[in-house]
Amino acid sequence: MHLATERLTARYHGRPAITEVSLGIRPRAITAVIGPSGCGKSTFLRCLNRMHELSDGGTVEGRVLLDGTDIYGAGVDAVQVRRRVGMVFQRPTPFPTMSIYDNVAAGLRVNGVARRRMGEIVERSLAQAALWDEVKDRLHGSALALSGGQQQRLCIARALATEPEVLLMDEPASALDPLATQRVEELMVTLKQAYTIVVVTHNLQQASRVSDYTGFFYLGDLVEFDQTARMFTNPSDGRTEAYITGRFG
Amino acid sequence: MTIIAPNLGAAARGTAATRRMTRGANPADRAYQAVVTALALALPALLLALIVELTINAWPSIERFGWAFVFTATWDPVADVYGAGPLIFGTLASSVVALLLAVPMAFSVAIFLTEFAPRWLRRPLGFLVELLAAVPSVVYGLWGIFVLIPFLRTVVVPPLKAAFGWLPFFQGVFYGNSMLAGGIILAVMVVPYIAAVSREVLNAVPSSQREAALALGATRWEAVWMAVLPYGRAGLVGAVMLGLGRALGETMAVTMVIGNRHDISLSLLQPGYTMAAAIANEFSEATTSLYLSALFEVGLTLFVITVLVNAAARLLVWRTAPGRAVGTRAL
Repeated sequence: MHLATERLTARYHGRPAITEVSLGIRPRAITAVIGPSGCGKSTFLRCLNRMHELSDGGTVEGRVLLDGTDIYGAGVDAVQVRRRVGMVFQRPTPFPTMSIYDNVAAGLRVNGVARRRMGEIVERSLAQAALWDEVKDRLHGSALALSGGQQQRLCIARALATEPEVLLMDEPASALDPLATQRVEELMVTLKQAYTIVVVTHNLQQASRVSDYTGFFYLGDLVEFDQTARMFTNPSDGRTEAYITGRFG
Repeated sequence: MTIIAPNLGAAARGTAATRRMTRGANPADRAYQAVVTALALALPALLLALIVELTINAWPSIERFGWAFVFTATWDPVADVYGAGPLIFGTLASSVVALLLAVPMAFSVAIFLTEFAPRWLRRPLGFLVELLAAVPSVVYGLWGIFVLIPFLRTVVVPPLKAAFGWLPFFQGVFYGNSMLAGGIILAVMVVPYIAAVSREVLNAVPSSQREAALALGATRWEAVWMAVLPYGRAGLVGAVMLGLGRALGETMAVTMVIGNRHDISLSLLQPGYTMAAAIANEFSEATTSLYLSALFEVGLTLFVITVLVNAAARLLVWRTAPGRAVGTRAL
């Protein structure tokens, strides 16, 4: 187990958004985090790479262990944590003034990767994100000329370029059309061979399609955590059952 | 087959309500529209009138000196010969000095206020910076004469001359009233404008851009440099141009410290003159009609230069970020 939370509580201005969540993320697998709006699932995700503390009034208690080291421990640099735990957001966020190439290279530049190695890493990352064939002839064109789905895959490539160990995805397909969504889902399944993926999703079908493990959050509590197949067929908690059968949410 | 429209009869007869409806806006609305339209057209008309009036009054001077007016340096009311070269040079030079000093400071203030300052400090500090814009320019002038110039003379200029005295910019004896003093005063005056607009621009950059950079392992500063500033660059150019516009036209504070001498010198330690200052100072002394006309031509030139600067700013904004960058609309 190389990513785990222990009694993790996150607050906004003192008001808890998630309470005492203890959860082990399986390596090289996809863990889905589901739950109704406002249940704290995005907050949970943002605690895993220390993004939550950047929010207004955001504070964290408890521990998040990455390879046994508490990322909130004394002397741990949040910037270094984020280099090991990459993140993809709900809406594609390419840097609008940069070319496709520079977008992918952005993380490499701040990590001090040598310029001569960059081209090779950019190509590999775009290939991993299944975007290389579509953009290889216009690497120096604007990233904004890409479609929404392509932009999101560009953001995935950008996150992969710095070779993180864990990839956090916050509703990565919710702003995309069904075809683009399918491509992103296929991509996730491919990527789990090399990466540990945690994905927050609103879409229960998506969770059941792509994930190996699922955690159900409700009102800031982790209600249930299990293998996806078991959770979707035989949930042990009544609230989980009510949610996945569509009785609320 | 016939289509039956049940209410056709009633509609065709035309109730009072339908007639009102089809007549368009009601009278009060139309009157309001007319007034607003007239006022909106009055402003461009005023601008046109201003140009025409300036040109008519400047015409004797334009006819007499032609392009030489802009390119010669002789300003001799006794001989009735006028060349505005030093004034144009002084205006541009003092504004450039002002921007060189003001832009780094204003951007730093804006970046600090939007990215790094603790939340409780942002409003009060931003307010204080903007308060600088509320100080009357004559007060800046006084401050320049009694505080800035003595300070420059005793503290700043001696080491400056010692270190960079070999540069053409720091030649000659420093008496106080100078291009340097004018530029610094202008810088202090335009900082609040540039800082306030830049702050708005940076605030308008979506936080998703910041977060995207931070999530890649960028430090706060790298996120600013990599994501925030590029995203807002059109608006930042606009902020600088707004400051430049202010600097070009500023009169009172500048004339109190710049020395008011019709002379072109590369040295910042020497006195200079600006177009705005010359108009303000010499209007009451303009005894001949050609002298007066020359001053009008100076005004026209200043007007044209300001318009050109603004046009250039817009062009720059459109070219760097066609229609989508934040802050574009403020221009």
